[in-house]
Amino acid sequence: MEEPNKKEEASPDATPEEGLSAPIPSEENRIAPLPPDRRWRFRHPLFVRLGHWLNVLCLPILLMSGFQIFNAHPALYWGERSDRDRPLLAMKAVRTENGEMRGVTTLFGHAFDTTGLFGASRNEAGALYRRGFPEWMTLPAHQWLSMGRRWHFFFAWIFVLNGVIFAFFSLARRHLWLDLLPKKEDLRRIGAAILDHLRFRHPAGEEAAHYNVLQKIAYTSVVFVLAPLIVLTGLTMSPDIDAAFPGLLTLSGGRQSARTIHFIAAFAFIGYTVVHLLMVAITGLRNNLRSMVTGWYLLPKSGAEDEETN
Amino acid sequence: MKKRISLGRRNFLVRAAQLSGLLFLAGCENLSRKPWFEGFLSSAEGVTRRVQRAITPRRAMAREYTEADLSADFPVNGSTNPDTEEYVALAANQFADWQLEVSGLVEQPTDFSLAELRQFPSRTQITRHDCVEGWSAIGKWKGVPLSLILEKVRPKADARYVVFHAADPDESGNYYYESIDFEDAYHPQTILAYDLNDRPLPIGNGAPLRLRVERQLGYKMAKYIMQIELVDRLDPIAGGKGGYWEDQGYEWYAGI
Repeated sequence: MEEPNKKEEASPDATPEEGLSAPIPSEENRIAPLPPDRRWRFRHPLFVRLGHWLNVLCLPILLMSGFQIFNAHPALYWGERSDRDRPLLAMKAVRTENGEMRGVTTLFGHAFDTTGLFGASRNEAGALYRRGFPEWMTLPAHQWLSMGRRWHFFFAWIFVLNGVIFAFFSLARRHLWLDLLPKKEDLRRIGAAILDHLRFRHPAGEEAAHYNVLQKIAYTSVVFVLAPLIVLTGLTMSPDIDAAFPGLLTLSGGRQSARTIHFIAAFAFIGYTVVHLLMVAITGLRNNLRSMVTGWYLLPKSGAEDEETN
Repeated sequence: MKKRISLGRRNFLVRAAQLSGLLFLAGCENLSRKPWFEGFLSSAEGVTRRVQRAITPRRAMAREYTEADLSADFPVNGSTNPDTEEYVALAANQFADWQLEVSGLVEQPTDFSLAELRQFPSRTQITRHDCVEGWSAIGKWKGVPLSLILEKVRPKADARYVVFHAADPDESGNYYYESIDFEDAYHPQTILAYDLNDRPLPIGNGAPLRLRVERQLGYKMAKYIMQIELVDRLDPIAGGKGGYWEDQGYEWYAGI
């Protein structure tokens, strides 16, 4: 697996504007020699890479400590109150007639047996006990609400500060405008892009130097819609923030609605991450990982696969 | 062209991902038990408190609701009946012999009977109670604003916190207590509630008197209040963290 010899020879023919970023730090501005069948692009500026890996750290911690917090009252409601006879979703443990414990999840009034996963799952000794999400999904593993809150709020601050810094650089360095926001011509090609994705045909050559329209839509909506939504609904669960900004309660439809939306948004993050990881893997795991670590991306050759892309 | 997908490499990657996941979890689990790490994570609490206090106007009011919004049953949570000899005797007599002792760093320490508290101007508010566990309930509370009691006993200049001592001990004999600072103590919605939903406070909800601090989570709102103490610092009291739940690891600032 040869690595680009990027530090030694500078080649003047690839300009930063061709890549995905605006200005590039001077050392990295040196461009690798271009073998006839390969082209390197400096794809991800430092703030994108740092922000990305901080999110990789924060999101699993936020998710799993969030499940820990949820487990203290594993039910969701709509409105301001939690009327326990009318949950949208609830994870319960019930005893059958022969005294056996079962986990039951109700969703809009329909009950599902989710023994071992939701409602009742096994502890280290292998015994079923009452529990919303199982131990392997929560941080810490056993029921410990106060520690779950500590993890959650600490990393919520990191996540929010990271997001604010990312938003600032995205605007200041026109990353949002140049790379993220879909342009008119992108949107015109959206049908073709969806079909290509479904056929596992991914952009190659120069086309792969930029985010495609589906990437643009996904990244923009995650960064500028989903992330703010999850932060705002999180804040709406704060009685102090509600007093200062009662509009938040009105926006979400109530404190319990905010909790429900927060939970759904967390699952939207999971869904996004699954698709994102899948795309990363099938469009060239090594190449993608390297570009997210070093910034350097090897443009996939059109019509051919090489070992760099699988 | 032939795809070169190496099964060995794929397996390796999957194993590596699983292993790093396990290590990550074990690491987090391990860190949770280290006091220094808990202290590190807890630094966020101070940031949250300062930021929330900075952006929340001092007199910002928690939303108040209508009778139509009331919860059918206001949940009974935490300790539901202090089974001590003293409390049982007080309850048997409808708390006619109960006295609220207000003391500590005050010019005029005073004991108030329930009847005396009911003679103060009262405030009625229909508010939402947010439990740290995640549920919310709406109740109609009537009580005496804490600020009126404080005016009566006149806090000394060095008083910084209002501590509420409760009648209920846990299995280890630690009595429930809580504390708030003066910003919350003088807030108009901070009341010592004696009625819930137009009836005397039931025992399950903290009879004869409980605190309502509407801009914080439920665990701050001490039930079964027996004594109010004004202090300049919290560390000499019980576990030293300013409250029963705080001593168990919960945040002193419960605005979120």
